Amino acid sequence: MGGMRTYIIRRLLLIIPTLLGVSILVFSVSMVFSPEERAALYVGEGGFKAAARIQAIIKKYGLDQPVYVQYYNWLKNVLQGNLGWSKSLNIPVARAFTELWPASVEIAIYAAPLIVITGIVLGRISAVHRDRWPDHISRIFAIVGWSLPTFWSAIVLLAIFYGALGWFPPGRLSPEAQSIVHSAEWVSYTGLYTIDAILNRNLFVFVDALRHLFLPVLNLVIVGNAGIMRVMRSSLLEELHKEYVMAARTKGVPEKAVINKHAMRNAMIPVVTMAGVLVAGFLTGLVITETVFEFKGLGYWAAHAATQLDFPAVLAFALFSGIVFVVSNLLVDILYAYLDPRIRLG
Amino acid sequence: MAGSKEKELGRVPLRERAWFKELVFTLKRIRESPLSLAGLTIVAFFAIIAIFAPLIAPPQPGRDPYVMPRHGYLATPKPPSDEFPFGTTEGQYDMFYGCIWGTRTAFRVGLLVVGGALAIGVTLGALSGYFGGILDEIIMRITDIMYAFPGLILAMAFVTAFGVGLDNVIKALILVGWPTYARLTRAGVLQVRQEDYVEAARAIGASNARILLKHVLPNSIYPVVIVSTLDIGSMVLTAAALSFLGLGAPIGYADWGQLISMSRNWILGEAGNPFAYWHTYTIPGIFIFTFVLGWNLLGDAFRDILDPTLRRR
Repeated sequence: MGGMRTYIIRRLLLIIPTLLGVSILVFSVSMVFSPEERAALYVGEGGFKAAARIQAIIKKYGLDQPVYVQYYNWLKNVLQGNLGWSKSLNIPVARAFTELWPASVEIAIYAAPLIVITGIVLGRISAVHRDRWPDHISRIFAIVGWSLPTFWSAIVLLAIFYGALGWFPPGRLSPEAQSIVHSAEWVSYTGLYTIDAILNRNLFVFVDALRHLFLPVLNLVIVGNAGIMRVMRSSLLEELHKEYVMAARTKGVPEKAVINKHAMRNAMIPVVTMAGVLVAGFLTGLVITETVFEFKGLGYWAAHAATQLDFPAVLAFALFSGIVFVVSNLLVDILYAYLDPRIRLG
Repeated sequence: MAGSKEKELGRVPLRERAWFKELVFTLKRIRESPLSLAGLTIVAFFAIIAIFAPLIAPPQPGRDPYVMPRHGYLATPKPPSDEFPFGTTEGQYDMFYGCIWGTRTAFRVGLLVVGGALAIGVTLGALSGYFGGILDEIIMRITDIMYAFPGLILAMAFVTAFGVGLDNVIKALILVGWPTYARLTRAGVLQVRQEDYVEAARAIGASNARILLKHVLPNSIYPVVIVSTLDIGSMVLTAAALSFLGLGAPIGYADWGQLISMSRNWILGEAGNPFAYWHTYTIPGIFIFTFVLGWNLLGDAFRDILDPTLRRR
C-alpha cells in the first residue's frame, strides 16, 4: 500500500495551508475591534481602575503591534490552548471546551448515525419506487425537512412532548439524576451520561439521559436527513440505469440483490463525499437545537456567548467548527481513496 | 439573410439572445413540473402580501412601519380575536401586523443578501475565471477557506464583530454567501472563454473589459442568477435563525424569527392548558416554513439547470 501512504501524506500536507487560512480568517474577524476594545475583553468589569489598566494591557499583549506580529502571537497562544476568557461562563475558553464537549458529542453519536441511516433508507425507497407513492411521500418528507426552521421544529416538539405530554423534558439530566452524577460514588469515565450510566450500572441515569436526548436527536434527524436522501435518490437512480445493473438483471439476479449488492454500493460513493456538508449542517443544527432544549453543550454556549458579546467564545467556536470541517473532509478523502484506488493513483 | 447581417452589426435578435433563450427554458421547466408551479404560487402569494402590506395592515401614521404596534404593556399574550386575527404576543405586539410586515422584512433581507452576495461573487468569480493565474489562485483559496465554516456559525462570528442588528445580519450573510456565486461564475466563465466568438472578439482587438462584459458574462451568468434567486429561501431561514438567537432584529421589529424568539417564554402554555399560547410560535413558524418551502419547491426543479447533461441547446 505504498500508494496509499503517499496519498495520505500528501493530503495531510495539503490541509496545513487550509487550517492556516481558517485561522487567519478567524483572526481577521477579531481585528474588527480596536486595541482598546480587545484589551477590554481581558479586563472585564472594573470602572476607572480598569480604564487605566487597558493601556497597560495593550502594551503587555502587544495589541498595538503590526498585524502580522499580532497574528503570530495569537496563533502561538491558540496552539498552546490559550483561547482567552469566556465572560459568559466566567471561565477560560479552553476549560469551557473541556467541560462542554461531552454534551455535544453525546447528541452527535446518536443523531449522526440516525441521520445517515434514515437518509439512505428514504433515498433508497424513493429511487426504487420512482414516481410512485413511496417516492412522493419521502420526497415531500425531504423537502419539508429541508424547509423547516430548526428552531421552530424544536419549539413545536418541546410544546407537544414536554408542555402537553411531559414525556421528554429539556436540559441534559433531571435534578435527581444530577445529584447521582455529582455524588461521590459516580465514576465519570467519558462525561457522556448514557455511556457512563452503563459503566456505572445505573439504569435510572441511563433512562433519564436518554429521555433528555430524545427530542434534540429527533429534531436534528428531522431537519438533517433531507440532504442525504436527495443525493442517495438521484445517485441510486443513476446507477440503476447503468449497464452493469442491466447485465446483472438479464443474468437473472433477483432484483433485491441487484439493488443491494450492485447498485447501492456504487450509489453510496456520492453520499460519502457529502460528509463535509453534513458536518457543517450538523454543527449549525446543534447550535440551534441545544439552545432551544437548553442542552448545555458547545452549541448552547456559542449561541449564548454571541448574544452576550462574549467574543473569544464565539471565535473559538468558529475556529473549532472550521477545524472539525477540515479534518472530517480529510478523513472522508482518505476513506474514499481506500475504497476507490483510482483516486490515490490518479 | 437579415439575421446574419444583424449579427455582423453586433445586434442579436431577441429570440437568439442567451438570456431570452434561458428565460423561455426556465418558464418551460416551471410549466412541466407541478411542484415548482406550487412553489411559484407560494412565492407569488408572499410577494403580493409584501407589496400590499400597507393596505393589509395599515401602519400608524408617523411611525416606523416595521415596528409592530403595541396594544398595552401586559406581558401575557392574548389569543386570536376579531380585533387581532393572530392574537398578540409578549408585550401586546399585534401578531397579524408583525407577520404581514415580516413578509416585507423577509423579502428585503433575502433580496439584499442575495443581491449583495451576487454582486461580490460574480465580480470576483468573473475576474478569477477570465484572468486566471495568481488572482484566480488567491480568490479560489479564499472561497475554500470560507467553505470550511458552517454559514450560520461564521455569520454569528461576523455579527458579534459588527454588532447585533438586522443590517449587520444582512452584511454578515453577504460576506458568508458570495463564495458560492464566485465559484459558479468562475466555472461558467471558464467554459465560455474557450468559445469561438470570444476568440473572434479578441482577434479584432476588443478590450478585456469589453469581452468580459459584452461576451463572456452575458453567456455565463444566467445559471448563477437562477441559483442565487432560489437561495433567497435559505438565506431568509438563516437570517431568521440569527434573529431567533437574539442577534438580528430588535424586540418589537416585524420579523418572523424575532416573533418566534419573543414566544419562547410561552411555549409550555399554562397549567391545565399546555397550548394556551400556541399562536405565538405556530403562526410565525408557518409563515417562515411556507415561505422557505415555496422557494425550495421552485428550486427543486432547477437544481439540474447546472447539470450540463440535462440541458438542451
